[in-house]
Amino acid sequence: MAKQFMKGCEAVAEAAVLGGCRFFAGYPITPQNEIPEYMSSRLPEAGGIFIQGESEVASVNMVYGAASTGTRAMTSSSSPGISLKTEGISYLSGAKLPALIVNVSRGGPGLGSIQPAQSDYLQSTKALGHGGHRLLVFAPYTLQEAVDIAYDAFEYAERDRSPVMILMDGCLGSIMEMVDLPPMKELSNQNTQGWKVGYDGVKRGARMITSIYPEAGLESNNKNSAAMYKKWQEEDVKVEEFMLDDAEYVVVAYGIAARVAKQAIMQLRGQGCKIGLIRPITLYPFPKKSFEKLNYNNIKAFIDIEMTIPAQMYDDIDLLVRGRAPIFEYGRSGGILLDDDGVTDAIKKVTGGQA
Amino acid sequence: MMEKIYSRPNCIVPMQSGYCPGCLHSTATKIIAEVIDELGQGHNVINVLPVGCSSMGLLYWKIDMVGSAHGRAPAVATGIKRSRPDSLVFTYQGDGDLAAIGLAEILSAANRGEKFTVIFANNSTYGMTGGQMAPTTLIGQKSTTSKKGRDAETAGHPIKMCELIKELAAPVFVARYTLNNPQNIRKAKQGIKKAFQYQLDGKGFSFVELLTNCPTNWGVEPLDSLKYMEENTMKYFEQKVFKDEEESK
Repeated sequence: MAKQFMKGCEAVAEAAVLGGCRFFAGYPITPQNEIPEYMSSRLPEAGGIFIQGESEVASVNMVYGAASTGTRAMTSSSSPGISLKTEGISYLSGAKLPALIVNVSRGGPGLGSIQPAQSDYLQSTKALGHGGHRLLVFAPYTLQEAVDIAYDAFEYAERDRSPVMILMDGCLGSIMEMVDLPPMKELSNQNTQGWKVGYDGVKRGARMITSIYPEAGLESNNKNSAAMYKKWQEEDVKVEEFMLDDAEYVVVAYGIAARVAKQAIMQLRGQGCKIGLIRPITLYPFPKKSFEKLNYNNIKAFIDIEMTIPAQMYDDIDLLVRGRAPIFEYGRSGGILLDDDGVTDAIKKVTGGQA
Repeated sequence: MMEKIYSRPNCIVPMQSGYCPGCLHSTATKIIAEVIDELGQGHNVINVLPVGCSSMGLLYWKIDMVGSAHGRAPAVATGIKRSRPDSLVFTYQGDGDLAAIGLAEILSAANRGEKFTVIFANNSTYGMTGGQMAPTTLIGQKSTTSKKGRDAETAGHPIKMCELIKELAAPVFVARYTLNNPQNIRKAKQGIKKAFQYQLDGKGFSFVELLTNCPTNWGVEPLDSLKYMEENTMKYFEQKVFKDEEESK
């Protein structure tokens, strides 16, 4: 393990390379430019390919092409660029191709702002393109967590033959932290031999990778996807449950918002407030069980804290809480960051200034 | 003893074509397959198919194929060829796909000099969606979205892709052929073969345009569609080799 002080975008790019990424195509957009910049020199060193595409649309389709040859392929962008990539992400899902997509999100809607925001929760978890497909969506809150997720992302993608998304906002992309970098992965055990296109020295029947199917085939694929999403819910949820045992107030937050909220929670705990945190690490599948096992006799309120207005995770929480406690929301948006005092004051308004 | 002098190419699936009667996509599909066979590349070729009638190649070719989104085939082929430089990679795209929604992808791939081949079937219409005006529809040619004929005042002039692409520095072979008669079909086949051979030799981007027809959406009998091509399409879209790296040396 090599400890290094790295910037978020570069750390996640390096972790992807160590995890086997050998193809990157992307297009400049702030605040994720350090990913393509890093990849442009790092990938050739590692025997990989870097292409600066003519657009986000072209870049995700280059990834689609590379992925169809069994190459571990990745693209990154920020919110408006991810919107453009959603066509290609839908096709990746439809054609059952593994790939990694990183969204270093910024303020929206529209051109929005280039500053950090968490305004893409609904897009990431509900509709990364047309057709009703889902992705595994990971939302790290430290650079080490981002590194660990990026390092293993291609194993998930190849296991499922489905693209994977890492959603990290502009804060995580821009901060610098110490990270432990894992060793370079061997690519010999890649799980792509049975379907990838391209001649490998052994003559075989022709192969086809496409997202168009006859009706019965398409429905059968959709049923398989539905079963896969259920399995994700059973087996792949990642969540941090923090100080929930005696909690009367439960904060729900992910990514950078969870980091700020955690500080506030520790401060309030110090003042005697019984408060805890559910931090989804996978946004999809959402950590339903963390809500199911709570003791609702104890709980006075939930507080959904997100760096976006209105809160987007609210409906997912509401479906699980089912009226057993009130849900409050607090956020900042437009590129205005959450801070300790703002979050602490917002929580105190809910707890009635208790503590 | 009778000698077998003609048979179905190895890399065509033995089934009936679903292309409309008289549609030259069938001819293009066949001659591309013949070239692949003649070059002994059936095992080593990867075809990228777009959206539109040309996507029906997914049914007929017996080679590795990747279906892509509308207009994006050159981007997909870029990802494939860069990852598999030894494969023979080509796209087979129609005019709505390549010359409208996919303009950025085709021009950028050509400009980067990606080392694959684009075969562009130009029939001046959106065939699969039912005959809407294409970027290549001729002035005065009727379509379901230009019922009185294409009007240059509002729709501009038919776009000449070979003439655009030949101006870029990177492409090594740019040519337009027509499939209206056996003699021209043979010429087109030789052009495709040259483009593929250049690619196998590690040379850069090659672009082969094929003028084709659409009897169904032009609303004419197959033979009359050939006559229309000869009297109109072939007069507007000049058939020649616009750029050949070997010959310019």
